Parts: sequence; C-alpha cells; structure tokens
Amino acid sequence: MAQAVMVREELRGQEPSRWARFRATLGAWGFMSPAAVLVLVFFFIPAILLLLLSMTDLASHNFSDPWTFIGLENYRRLFSDKFFPKILANTFRYVVLTLGFFNVGLALVLALLTTNINRRASFFFRVLWLLPRITPSVVYIVMWRRFAQTPPHGIINWFLGMFGAEHQPYWLNETPWLFVVLVNGFVGASFGMIIFTSAIEAIPKDLFTAAKVDGASTWQIVRDITLPLLRWPLLFVTTYQTLSLLVSFEYIFLLTQGGPGLFTTEVWSLTAYKRALYTYFGSHAWGYGAAWGFILVAIGIVASYIYLRVFRFDELVQEPKIDVL
Amino acid sequence: MATTTFETERGYGVRRVLRQAIPYVLLIISILPIVVGYAWVIIATFSHRTQGLLPVDGEGNFGGFTLQNWTFLRDPEIWRVTLNTFGIAAGMVVGVGFVSTLAGYALSRMNFAGRKGFLGLTLALHAFRPEMLLIAIFFVLLFIKNNIPLIGKWFGFNTVGGVALVMISLDLPLGMWLMKGFFDNVTWDMERSALIDGASRFRVWWEIILPQIKPGIAALAIFNFISGWNAFLIPYTFTIGAKVSNLPVYLNRFSEDTSMVAWNQVAAVGLFSLIPVMIFFVFTQEALLNIYGGGAKGGV
Repeated sequence: MAQAVMVREELRGQEPSRWARFRATLGAWGFMSPAAVLVLVFFFIPAILLLLLSMTDLASHNFSDPWTFIGLENYRRLFSDKFFPKILANTFRYVVLTLGFFNVGLALVLALLTTNINRRASFFFRVLWLLPRITPSVVYIVMWRRFAQTPPHGIINWFLGMFGAEHQPYWLNETPWLFVVLVNGFVGASFGMIIFTSAIEAIPKDLFTAAKVDGASTWQIVRDITLPLLRWPLLFVTTYQTLSLLVSFEYIFLLTQGGPGLFTTEVWSLTAYKRALYTYFGSHAWGYGAAWGFILVAIGIVASYIYLRVFRFDELVQEPKIDVL
Repeated sequence: MATTTFETERGYGVRRVLRQAIPYVLLIISILPIVVGYAWVIIATFSHRTQGLLPVDGEGNFGGFTLQNWTFLRDPEIWRVTLNTFGIAAGMVVGVGFVSTLAGYALSRMNFAGRKGFLGLTLALHAFRPEMLLIAIFFVLLFIKNNIPLIGKWFGFNTVGGVALVMISLDLPLGMWLMKGFFDNVTWDMERSALIDGASRFRVWWEIILPQIKPGIAALAIFNFISGWNAFLIPYTFTIGAKVSNLPVYLNRFSEDTSMVAWNQVAAVGLFSLIPVMIFFVFTQEALLNIYGGGAKGGV
C-alpha cells in the first residue's frame, strides 16, 4: 500500500515521505527474499566455506573429527605439486583451443554462413546446432565414445575401413585432446553462433548493397564491414566463454576422467572436483581439493569484476523503468 | 546479407550452382558428427549389435533388428528413476520460475538498496557458473540434513529435494536476468492504474503483470525443464545409490569405462532419456533459440 500512497503523493507533486519509502523498500525485499535466501545459502555461504575448507586438512580419514586449521599449507602443497605445471598447461591449452577453434571461431563461421543462405534453411541449421547443448551429457558422451571405438564397432574406424585405412586404434587413447576439444566445442559453438547471428542480422542492409554496387567480393565485405561491426559481440562472447570454459569440466570428466594415463587431459577445475569429491587413490582430500577450487573461484571473482567494468556495467544498468520511490 | 545478390556476382551456369551450394555443403559437413551420433543411437536401440552404423546380429551379418534392448522398461527401478528425474525437472520449473519472476519484477520495477549489486551478481554468476562451490555445498546439504528438523529429511544430502534445491539456485541468475528483461518490456499503464486504485504490489504482480509475460515464462519453463531433466553433475555429486538417482546418473552407471558396456542397451536407455528433449525440440524451436542465446539484447 505504501507504493500506492507514494504514487498518489507523486501525482500531487509531493516528495514521498520517509516512512513510505521505507515501506516500499521492505516491499521490494519481500519480492527479492526467496532469491536472496537461495543466493545466500548456495553462493555466499559456500564461498566462505570453501575458503575455510581450503585451510584445513580435512580428508576421508578425519572427516568426523572437528576441523583442524593448517593455514596456507594446502596452497603450498598445491604449488609444489608434481603435476601442477602439467595441470596448468592443460587448462590453458583446453581454454585456448576450444575457444579459438569452436566457441568463437566456428561460431563466427557458422554465423557468417547461415546469414548468407535462405532464411528457413538457416533456421533449420541453427536449431540442429542446438542439439549438443540440449542432449544429456551422458548420452552425448556415449555417442562420442562410440565414434572413437575400436573396430568393428567404432564409427570413425568403420568409415576409415571403407577407405582401406590400416591404422584403426581406440581414438580416445590416441588423440585424447582432439576429442576433448571437439566434444566441448560442439556444445560451446551454439552460444556464439546465436549471438553473432543476431548481431549480423542487425547490420543495416544498405551497407551490403552499397558495397556490392561498388564491386566488393564476399570476402572483402566480411573483412571490412561485418567483422568490424561485430567487435563488441566478439569481445562479449570471448570473455564470457573464457570464464565458462575455465570452470567447465563435466564433459571431460565423462569422456576421459582426466586420462588416459596420468593427468593427460586433466584441467584445473577437474582436479579440484576429483580430489575433494571423487575417490582419488582411495580417499577424498577435501581440504586440498578446496584449495584448488578456491583459487578458481577467486580468479572468477576478479575476472567478473574486470568484465563488468570493461562492459561499462554501470552505464548499461538502466534506472528501473517505473521509479516510484 | 542473402536478400540482395546481383545477377553478375552469381556467375553463370556451373559456377553459379557451385557458388550457391558452398555454404550449404560446409554447413552440412559441420553438422555431420551430430547427425551421425543421433543416427547411431536410434539404430543401436533397435539392433542386436552395431558395426559402425550398420545394425548386425550375433554373427556379424546385416540385420539383427530386435526390441530386446527395451526390456529394461519392465524393471521397476527405471520407473522410480524416471520419477526422480521428472521431480527434479518439475521442481526446477516451479522453483526457478517462481523465484525469478518475483525477483525479476523487483529488479525491473523497484529501486532499492543493493539493486545494482544484485544485477551485477546475476551477470557475473551467469558467465561464471560456480561449480567449484559444489565442494562446499556438500557440507551445506549435510548440515541441512543433520540439523534442520522438518526440511532436512526432504531437502538434505542424498535426497531428490536437495538436488533440486541446488539446481534451482545455480540457475537463478539466468532466470532473474531473463525475467527482468521481459518485465522491462511491459508498459507501466495497467500497473499504475491498479496501484492508484489501491492494489498491493503483490496483487498487481500476480493478477496483472504475470499474464502479460506468459511467453517469457513459457520459454524459461522449457529451458528449466530440459536443464533439470538432463542434469548429471549435481545429482551425481549429491546422491548415493539408485533410489535417489536420476536418469543420467543411472545411465552413467551402465556406461562407465571400467566395465564391459552393453552399448545397445545403453543406447536404448539413452533414447528413453532423450524423449522429452526431442518433443521440445520439435515443437518449440524458436523459443529454444532465443533462450540459449541468453536473452542478450543490449542494456541490462
């Protein structure tokens, strides 16, 4: 009712009273409360818990004992871990390759291709490209494993056999990185594709017509008109997908579990998850895994802050449409 | 770009056909793995074994069509698992829908302390899905199970409710962002007259505004149902045992690398899990495209 009161006061040209404003804020928080509670319980509290956990030596063997704090010991152990350089390199490799070739690269190519053909066909292709995203991850990985299987079952080897190829190994052991990038890339490309397509379709057609009248080739049009106008969407998708890839590990977990062998395809987020929540050589190392995980969360917080600044979030946030206060 | 092509640039004869065909060829090639993958699942479901894409029987001859792989439907366990999966999906639709339309309305219409911070949080969490927090959420759920009397039994660790709660929270940022966007596009007039007439904000929200953004709510519901139905990592992390599994976790048990995998049966269960996805895919394509673009449309 306070809102109605304030509307009336405003209509009369008066400033809403402090009491009315207070009641309005209460009202707003009434609307926000379920979301606020859930965000508190499942985002803020776990973030703090994670920091605390990373400073304990909690593991399977002392799980029911009260937590013993060991300061930054876990972090020291992390940075001197034998496989730390390899995991760091793997993470870097994973993000750069998937981002460059698929999440941004292929997405851009697909957007350019689909805006050049018949509208209905383009819609059909784009919807088909959504399939990897909406397939359950387990089923999706089963498909890909079947691709990589040894003869006589594997699909890739079946095709190769038709052309008489001799070497038909289990491709996941042979070229695990290729598959890691492919699997994640096919899912990731659809996001960029959708955004780039809307951006390209928003370019005024006159620019293209004028260029063609002047005799520009398709490549010249792409290079000199389309790409420069896509600068902001490109930056948005690149930063967004970099953050996304940094934390995603579900598909790698299902596909190779970080193998084959020791840490061949292990990325940072996967290590954190496995050490804390997956039986790792027989026990869960909660504290140690939390240390790996917290570093990633900290990077995410810093990156998000920079991200919001770069996109001039302050300017983008519009005043609420109906500002009754 | 496709609308204006001039006569001369299309070339003549064979060159013309080739030039127009190239984008289609490239697109078809790019989609090939997806199409072949799905083709395999469908073929494998109905055959004894497969060699590559060919259905074969026990001796390796072509043929071997069978419905044998579908016998898993007789096992009551699969139906319990399906019920769990449906529960998570429905919980997500209701949970995220309700909470994010409430919050989206406040974010769109009201000015309150912390609004900007909340909006920034939504955007950041949208990009940086905090799956690392799962390690700590484990303890939160354990706490709920052991310490909170009534709710703990249904929403604690190792329950379908707990899984649903975590999933709802992790998908809230996207939901709030989308709902705010939809509310921003609704005009003020009806609300204003209702407020002047003395209706409370909540009543205005429920009776007037909500019906106006039905397409938005529908799109969000579809997205959440699919997310909930397909969920793997969170149910896998927070449940133990088949009684509280959902379909992907159940399927994973049969397709893990360590054992001999009965591929064709896995394909059958997989196709079973794909049914709602396929239904939505056929009937709601445009909504799907809009939703998965994250609703990114300029101003927040």
